[in-house]
Amino acid sequence: MDNSMKLEFLSKSSNEGFARVAVAAFASQLDPTLEDLSDIKTALSEAVTNAIIHGYENTKGIVTISCQINNDTLTVTVSDSGRGIENLEQAMEPLYTSHPEMERSGMGFTVMETFMDSVSVRSAPGEGTDVTMSKTIKGR
Amino acid sequence: MEMRYETAKRALVVSLSHDLDHHGAASLREKIDYEFRRRRARNIIFDLSALKFMDSSGIGLIMGRYRLSVAAGGKVFLSGVSPQLDRLISISGIYKIVGWAKSISEALQCL
Repeated sequence: MDNSMKLEFLSKSSNEGFARVAVAAFASQLDPTLEDLSDIKTALSEAVTNAIIHGYENTKGIVTISCQINNDTLTVTVSDSGRGIENLEQAMEPLYTSHPEMERSGMGFTVMETFMDSVSVRSAPGEGTDVTMSKTIKGR
Repeated sequence: MEMRYETAKRALVVSLSHDLDHHGAASLREKIDYEFRRRRARNIIFDLSALKFMDSSGIGLIMGRYRLSVAAGGKVFLSGVSPQLDRLISISGIYKIVGWAKSISEALQCL
């Protein structure tokens, strides 16, 4: 492993911006383009928002972000120990949202899959959710 | 965020800035909806040229304002869309329901 870092913060929406900036700053050692950085921030924002809204359902909990850099690849895992996802296939469907009243677009996983090279989800009801995403930064 | 009202076109022009994420979306929604109703507006133009960041919370916000606008017999236009935002908006499919314009004045001409 070339480098790694770990962040833990309370599941408050005010930490979403902080999490994006922290992960983007860590990723910047791979010399990413502005577009790469924007992709990473957008995907990360979706995963953190999911942890806060769906994992903890806006109650108090800890969101953990672990980042690793291996060669040119950034791997980010966003974890919560909240309620977990009962039907993962449905949750990952574009436009599906369990919270239409909150005007959630249901695009979170689709955005992660579009902006990162790979996305995998491990979740079980009552046991929390881990979302792992990776992106290889091609040299400029 | 700044808002102004174009009486002739019954259009609320919403200029977004900084970051549009889940954290800020609820209060923006409240302010836009309040102004939309107070002005008896019909159309909404979102000026995204000063927006630094947006995730799918922004898509949800735009979709919700589209419903509001359609219910009033109006339309929604997006202007000042950066290439990065364009990718996000394209995958969401909302270009099927909202208009796109280079600038606020172009959007106003389309109304």
